[in-house]
Amino acid sequence: MKEFSGPALFLDRNDINTDEIIPAKYLTEITKKALAPYILEDLKLEGFDPKSQAMAQAGVIVTRANFGCGSSREHAVWVLEVNNINMVIAEGFARIFRQNMFNCGMLALEMSGRDIDALFALGKEVTLFADINAGRLTVTGRTAEGGTREQSFSFELDAFDRDLLLAGGWLEYADKNY
Amino acid sequence: MGKTITEKIFETHLRDTPSPGNVVLGIDVVMCHEITTPIAITDLMERGMDRVFDPARIKAVIDHVTPSKDSKTATQAKILRDWAARHNIKDFFDIGANGVCHALFPEKGFIRPGYTVIMGDSHTCTHGAFGAFAAGIGTTDLEVGILKGVCAFKLPETMRINIIGALPAGVYAKDVILHIIKTLTVNGATNKVIEFTGPVVDNMSMESRMTLCNMAIEAGGTCGVCLPDRVTAEYLWPFIKDEYPTIDAAADAFTRWHSDPDARYAASLTVDVSKLAPQITFGYKPDQVKDVTEMVGTRIDQVYIGSCTNGRIEDLREAAGILKNRRLASGVRGILSPATPAVYAQAMTEGIINIFMNAGFCVTNPTCGACLGMSNGVLAAGEACASTTNRNFNGRMGKGGMVHLMSPATAAATAVAGHIADPRPYMNG
Repeated sequence: MKEFSGPALFLDRNDINTDEIIPAKYLTEITKKALAPYILEDLKLEGFDPKSQAMAQAGVIVTRANFGCGSSREHAVWVLEVNNINMVIAEGFARIFRQNMFNCGMLALEMSGRDIDALFALGKEVTLFADINAGRLTVTGRTAEGGTREQSFSFELDAFDRDLLLAGGWLEYADKNY
Repeated sequence: MGKTITEKIFETHLRDTPSPGNVVLGIDVVMCHEITTPIAITDLMERGMDRVFDPARIKAVIDHVTPSKDSKTATQAKILRDWAARHNIKDFFDIGANGVCHALFPEKGFIRPGYTVIMGDSHTCTHGAFGAFAAGIGTTDLEVGILKGVCAFKLPETMRINIIGALPAGVYAKDVILHIIKTLTVNGATNKVIEFTGPVVDNMSMESRMTLCNMAIEAGGTCGVCLPDRVTAEYLWPFIKDEYPTIDAAADAFTRWHSDPDARYAASLTVDVSKLAPQITFGYKPDQVKDVTEMVGTRIDQVYIGSCTNGRIEDLREAAGILKNRRLASGVRGILSPATPAVYAQAMTEGIINIFMNAGFCVTNPTCGACLGMSNGVLAAGEACASTTNRNFNGRMGKGGMVHLMSPATAAATAVAGHIADPRPYMNG
């Protein structure tokens, strides 16, 4: 199973679509790795730079509603995977994107608008860790005094979604069961 | 408790319930194109799983970039072509016979009421127009579909949209669906099937129903669906005439899929189209929609007529009615991509291709082309396109470009005016 943890990248917008995550012109690549440099290249979000250090270091994306809407392209999941982002936390996902995440053994974590607001309020430099068995998301950040502080959130994962994560993806699950 | 059409289809295709609320369905048709399938094929090969569950139930086409534009797209086409040959997939459509998948496959009679259909393409929802459950899926789902003929879904709820009134002149299925997306928002139907009902839908051709269902995904919908009826039976008749004694008998048989009167819906909405004006998008989201009258005069560099939304013969007729004896305004480029070879041939027979060419349009081969900025018709930064396609996302038709979605009639009027124009004054003359 993959690890669902890392520094958070906050994308404060609803309806971030697949064409923004990976533009169609790169869909001619036939390896996942080749997609890596183009992550979020066309994202329309003030102040966002796809070449920034925050982007390079990110292990988790935290965003708002309807993330991944638009195309069915699994490239939008792979481009995260090859950039070491195995988890996206959002108020909601487009159906196909969400399924593609679990199908690749990656975590698309839906949380309430209130919890998402709370995550955004924690400040930019935080590290997240999701324990899918315990259903707990732990957030670690720095205090103004240079110490660390921790906060945790609980979440519920659908049983089948969790089985997909444990199996490593849908192909692995389906090959065993059907 | 009654059932919706989708619940009936799910029930008849159920293979497994891995956990409450999650189902695995048997799939009737797995459709493939050269953008999302080659990676599935190479992955299956690397895993030593290069098999197909049933070559007769797999349909494949090269449509997004065709003819290939460079070595990479030629490689994608070759992977798909070689795979189809290797597995004896007879319904494979290559150059000369290929066209936009969601226009071509219905034309070939591959979709029937009550079917389950998947494809690695979000606009697969188009095929719900035939009373099927048709969903866009990713490459991993596609791999499992190819290998096992199954796909997992969360049980979707259904939203019913009852479309009433009479469509005014100059207002078409495209305007109706843009108006609905504006009402629902891009997230309004997420995880839901949209069932389109009512007299306006009953009176629509299959082409118009496909336009309607095609954009269900732009409201987040898993699938759009229309109840199969005599119009469906007439369209499918050449393919089903050995199965039913008459068209009416086929239409009667299709009613088994109709939603029951006491079926339960997550939401029901009535849309009266009697006073609807032609619709157009203005931003980077398909729910940013206005009456065309609010946008008249907006600058345009290119007009694109085609795609799985509006590249069918009815769409070409609609545009040609306005373009006849008129010309593209100077400074505006026009591109027509008939969606399939049959559409192209029919348009030639009817003189429609001549009308477009006399107007100054470039007529391309059938392809997805400019719609997603993968081949012919890409915009330069700062340019705007009046387009009959389905997405206006930032960068969709080319980095820095702006796409305004509209009906073929509005696109044709815009082509003639040289800026966004209301089609109604251009009609009947």
